[in-house]
Amino acid sequence: MVGREYGRIYAWDEVNPAMVRQWCEVMGVDNPLYTDAAYAATTEFGDIVAPPAMLQAWCLEGLHMNNYPPGSTDENPYEVLSLIEAQGYPAVVAVNSELSFERYLEMGEKLYYTTLIKDLSDEKTTGLGTGFFVTQVMTFYSEQAGADDKVGELLFRVFKFKPAQAAKPAPAAASERPAAKRPLPGISDDTRFFWEGCDAGELRIQQCKACNKLQHPPAPVCQHCHSFDLGYRIAKGSGELYSFVVMHYPEVAPFDHPNPIGLIQLDEGVRLPAGLVGVDRNELKIGQRVRVEFQTFDDQLTLPLFRPVSD
Amino acid sequence: MTSMKTTRFEDVSLGDQLPALDIPVTVALITGGAIATRDYFPGHHDKDAAQSLGSPHVFMNILTTSALVERFVEQWSGPQGRFRDLRIRLGAPNYPGDCMQFQGEITALDASSRTVEVTLRGKNSMGNHVTGTVAVTLP
Repeated sequence: MVGREYGRIYAWDEVNPAMVRQWCEVMGVDNPLYTDAAYAATTEFGDIVAPPAMLQAWCLEGLHMNNYPPGSTDENPYEVLSLIEAQGYPAVVAVNSELSFERYLEMGEKLYYTTLIKDLSDEKTTGLGTGFFVTQVMTFYSEQAGADDKVGELLFRVFKFKPAQAAKPAPAAASERPAAKRPLPGISDDTRFFWEGCDAGELRIQQCKACNKLQHPPAPVCQHCHSFDLGYRIAKGSGELYSFVVMHYPEVAPFDHPNPIGLIQLDEGVRLPAGLVGVDRNELKIGQRVRVEFQTFDDQLTLPLFRPVSD
Repeated sequence: MTSMKTTRFEDVSLGDQLPALDIPVTVALITGGAIATRDYFPGHHDKDAAQSLGSPHVFMNILTTSALVERFVEQWSGPQGRFRDLRIRLGAPNYPGDCMQFQGEITALDASSRTVEVTLRGKNSMGNHVTGTVAVTLP
């Protein structure tokens, strides 16, 4: 199947100013090159042209599926997807759309495209499920008196797959979009004082009542003298950057990216990892002084974050 | 709004940031965008159909995403920028009520063709809806 080429699919309409104007109106595109003939007359085109991102839209079949204009091929360039589906891979998701343009389109041009099955992957498993990546290349031409003119290309890749979990039926009140929230910590009897401190705006560090030493993260037993008699002390909240990492990938909502995370050496002597705020990632330095501040996320989780200070 | 003042190749340096652009995602934008691009797939205009596919609401089609990418880059380049390619990767869906925030940065410059590469992303509350690159030739 790979390497197979499919015949022409024509555009229903010539490139025309009405469809261009309506596209610009909906998309919020206000470049005068596409709608203002007086402006366009001052450009190398001499008249309005079509927005490049509209390329594929000219050749879509419209309301009725597979209802292509006269002269179009009877073959189905998308049959590979039906064939995969018949093997038990019902779902599809678009992965890549790569448009390239030879030139801008003038009003009145009549387009068609041909399709090449460029690649079909081995069976792959992703977070979505198991299936195949199908890569098609559509080459767009403009009919001309002499030889037709290639005007652009679209590389389109989809993942045709068997979902990892059966799709859940949409709940009745599904109109609420699922906004990502910060993950909540697992809180135990040993760690509760720390999180309650965050809610109270205090940075509480576990302290042994027997030997008075500090430790973090909180534990059920003193790591120094093995006493079970533990309390806490409120740290001043100042310290220095002992180490740091800047997370670039993967980008996971709801975190900001790049996401700088520090290992903070508190002035009291213990270290804790925490998010950094107000930092320029190129200017982070080991040893830099930082100070705690508390931020509440999603109305339910207060975290200690550290901000560089000058002292 | 696309400025009539065009960005010239000499104005651009590696690492320059494009002005951010927030796109409120509405039912009108999703359905209107689908129809303006002649994409009548039911998941883009029919909430019941979208929900039967497991989505909470209608979701934006790729051709609208490409159009918004063009708009984001064009608002920076001005009307004399000429697109050479527009390569995107799709991620989290755009549902009504969300907001997609575009950010972009100049990641390559080719003086001989006066062409720059913009690396961009459009992020919504669930993560990146779109990431990709656009090559634009500047005057």
